[in-house]
Amino acid sequence: MATGHDDHHHGPAKGFTRWLYTTNHKDIGSMYLWFSFAMFLLGGTFALVIRAELFQPGLQFVEPEFFNQMTTMHGLVMVFGAVMPAFVGLANWMIPLMIGAPDMALPRMNNWSFWILPFAFAMLASTLFMEAGAPNFGWTFYAPLSTTYAPSTVTFFIFAIHIMGASSIMGSINIIATIQNLRAPGMTYMKMPLFVWTWLITAYLLIAVMPVLAGVVTMMLFDIHFGTSFFSAAGGGDPVLFQHVFWFFGHPEVYIMILPAFGVVSEIIPTFSRKKLFGYDSMVYATSSIAFLSFIVWAHHMFTTGMPLAGELFFMYATMLIAVPTGVKVFNWVTTMFKGSISFETPMLFSIAFVVLFTMGGFTGLMLAIAPADFQYHDTYFVVAHFHYVLVPGAVFSIMAAAYYWLPKWTGNMYDEALGKLHFWLSFVGINILFFPQHFLGLAGMPRRIPDYALQFADFNMVSTVGAFIFGFSQLLFLFIVVKTVLGGKKATAQVWEGAEGLEWTVPSPAPYHTFTTPPLVP
Amino acid sequence: MLPMNKLWLGLGGLVVAAVSPAAMAAWGLNMPKGITGISRETYDLHMLIFWICVAIGVVVYGVLIYSLFAYRKSKGAIPASFHHSTKVEIVWTVIPFVILIAMAIPSTRVLTQIYDSSESDLDIMVTGYQWRWQYRYLTEEGEEVTFFSNLATPEEQIYNRAEKGENYLLEVDEPLVVPANKKVRLLLTSADVIHSWWVPALSVKKDAVPGFVNESWFNAEVTGTYRGQCTELCGQDHGFMPVVVNVVEQAEFDAWLAEKQAAAAAVAELANQEWTLDQLVAQGQTVYTTFCMACHQQNGQGLPPAFPALTGSAIATGPIADHVTTVLNGRPGTAMAAYGALLSPVDMAAVITYERNAIGNNVGDMITPVEILQIQAAAQ
Repeated sequence: MATGHDDHHHGPAKGFTRWLYTTNHKDIGSMYLWFSFAMFLLGGTFALVIRAELFQPGLQFVEPEFFNQMTTMHGLVMVFGAVMPAFVGLANWMIPLMIGAPDMALPRMNNWSFWILPFAFAMLASTLFMEAGAPNFGWTFYAPLSTTYAPSTVTFFIFAIHIMGASSIMGSINIIATIQNLRAPGMTYMKMPLFVWTWLITAYLLIAVMPVLAGVVTMMLFDIHFGTSFFSAAGGGDPVLFQHVFWFFGHPEVYIMILPAFGVVSEIIPTFSRKKLFGYDSMVYATSSIAFLSFIVWAHHMFTTGMPLAGELFFMYATMLIAVPTGVKVFNWVTTMFKGSISFETPMLFSIAFVVLFTMGGFTGLMLAIAPADFQYHDTYFVVAHFHYVLVPGAVFSIMAAAYYWLPKWTGNMYDEALGKLHFWLSFVGINILFFPQHFLGLAGMPRRIPDYALQFADFNMVSTVGAFIFGFSQLLFLFIVVKTVLGGKKATAQVWEGAEGLEWTVPSPAPYHTFTTPPLVP
Repeated sequence: MLPMNKLWLGLGGLVVAAVSPAAMAAWGLNMPKGITGISRETYDLHMLIFWICVAIGVVVYGVLIYSLFAYRKSKGAIPASFHHSTKVEIVWTVIPFVILIAMAIPSTRVLTQIYDSSESDLDIMVTGYQWRWQYRYLTEEGEEVTFFSNLATPEEQIYNRAEKGENYLLEVDEPLVVPANKKVRLLLTSADVIHSWWVPALSVKKDAVPGFVNESWFNAEVTGTYRGQCTELCGQDHGFMPVVVNVVEQAEFDAWLAEKQAAAAAVAELANQEWTLDQLVAQGQTVYTTFCMACHQQNGQGLPPAFPALTGSAIATGPIADHVTTVLNGRPGTAMAAYGALLSPVDMAAVITYERNAIGNNVGDMITPVEILQIQAAAQ
């Protein structure tokens, strides 16, 4: 047997191969986060094209065909490129640190699940430069607009979705394997940090529904290229079947994008309230209930498709039920702050804004659940306002909160608090100017996904566009702050935040390349 | 130039909207009450749930804001140590549940009414096309009236070369006409992709799905013109297929329908007339503008590769029989629809002749409405 192997020096390799070959959860987490931020800027650019066109009535900048490509690519890039990889990046960085594991359970698969993503998005984005143009059928790609009537680039879109799905499935298998097998001695399930809990549940949702998404795009592929008629009535199929299959994926997907956000906020609020999270057990049960309910509410996206009355009633009642566990979570966060000792660092500001504005999105969600009223709201800007309130000041704000919260742990440096607060306030004001008027536009009758609109919608569209540019450009400040923190700044302690609890704060800042090579003991 | 004055106007609007329901209607910020029993019930439901949400919001945000001010570290707040209370948690699980039941009861009642489309006075078939609506009044056999309803806003307004009119993008060449105080049932379907027919004042929004027929209904109580739009993304001109409904008194409706029926008979008669090439080309231009231009463009150059050029194309300059087959039956698997059932024999003959002798083509041949009728008869 060969001996003398020197295993004392296990720092990162040098150069590009460090990143290409890495199996280190921290490196992979960083790559996920940077990739996600790049996609956030790309998808944001698409959004600004949309908002610029909608600044005034009439067509000014783009043709309707290109406008449709922009709405489609904006949705796809933000959902699959920005929000989901950001949470996977946070999971990679933080779950091993939070449960006292040396790394993810399946490090090589971890490398692969990241590295196929840039190829998927390069393929998707390349369609913008093809003669037939990018996908133009909305991120929900309803058949037959996305099959018989689709541009020929739809095949690239299908392949890209397959790759993204494979990446997500591998990522979630890894997270489940890590959480279930690599917890430090003494860390029972009901002692896990809530971020770990919410990700465990999210990973199961991903495993359950990503294959359904793969199935639906495969059915499209067969309809387009191999003469089947899954979604064509002329061949005995049904276009509405597409919507059922899509939303059976799509509704749990919504919770895939918000449950980890719940986890992040449940970490941050107790830290800056200097008080334990109120109702830890009920948070876990509420998250599980939401996950279960997410499988039986999908057709509330389809109230106008002509479902029978019994179907409408079932999906209306089931959807309304989600308000109960969601309400419990909001009450718990508020009660955590109640009688705490609150300070307002940037992560806390983003988390408080999350609670306030996500709740706004929850209220409009409850309104949308009411089927007769949904007949008026459906496919209008009211829906656009609703889901942007839960996704942007919801999911995206929680990601920013997480970035500020753990940045000192990642880099060893404190970020610039004044700039962080400026970034928060610009984002907070911008987002509300951007999305709040869209409630009114929708109620007044403006359909979504239109490049031009009647004159009575002009004023609020103009306001909304101003908000979009404020919000969009303030994200460049975020980039600046992060780069500045990576390069230097006040040194962070291991504890970083006075009120923080958990294993991640027991390792030095920045976290060494390898942590918990011997498991810590959790009392 | 920053639109600051508009911005402040808008923000001011938000504030006004938050305090005054009356102002909401005046500013066009809220859902319209509409002109049917169902639309008013829907509005009431909407407002009921809105106010419930406001009430919950006041409590939740109230506690939150109070905590943010009262329990600041900077003011020396000492954190309490409680983190659990089964009693409180049961209370705030049960109370929302009760509120939900209170919401579900009226919602169920209204929904059940909406789903009762039986015993209608008038049935209208609504068919969505890319990108126009077709209305077909299902009256007595042989007296049915069918017409298309196209966007009437000129391109000059859309491209900002002319001032926009009052009903910009919400105006059509031929509106749907219905009698007041009658139960009108809509049977909705589509010829291509999924569309959705929506008129807010009627509180009717229903998808038009190709290959399936959906039902909806309304009973309009106030005469007037009501406007809406397609609300399901249906391709390039999704934003340009408005719905306009004229609600008129029964007598006026009867007169309108009789006139339409007479006009339909006259069109059928036209097919048997003698037509010259010039007459057909002149007639064909109107048809082309309405049905073909969105894809194949005014000059016939199309938008390749999705929508091929007609100028100099193998179809439009080759054997006329192939041209007729293409327009009659469409091209399966492409965006080219079958126009056989949509166009009258006159319009069919006219548009084919137009495409061969205008938009840069100069074949010199023509096809008559009678020949179209013969081809259609032979196909059956």
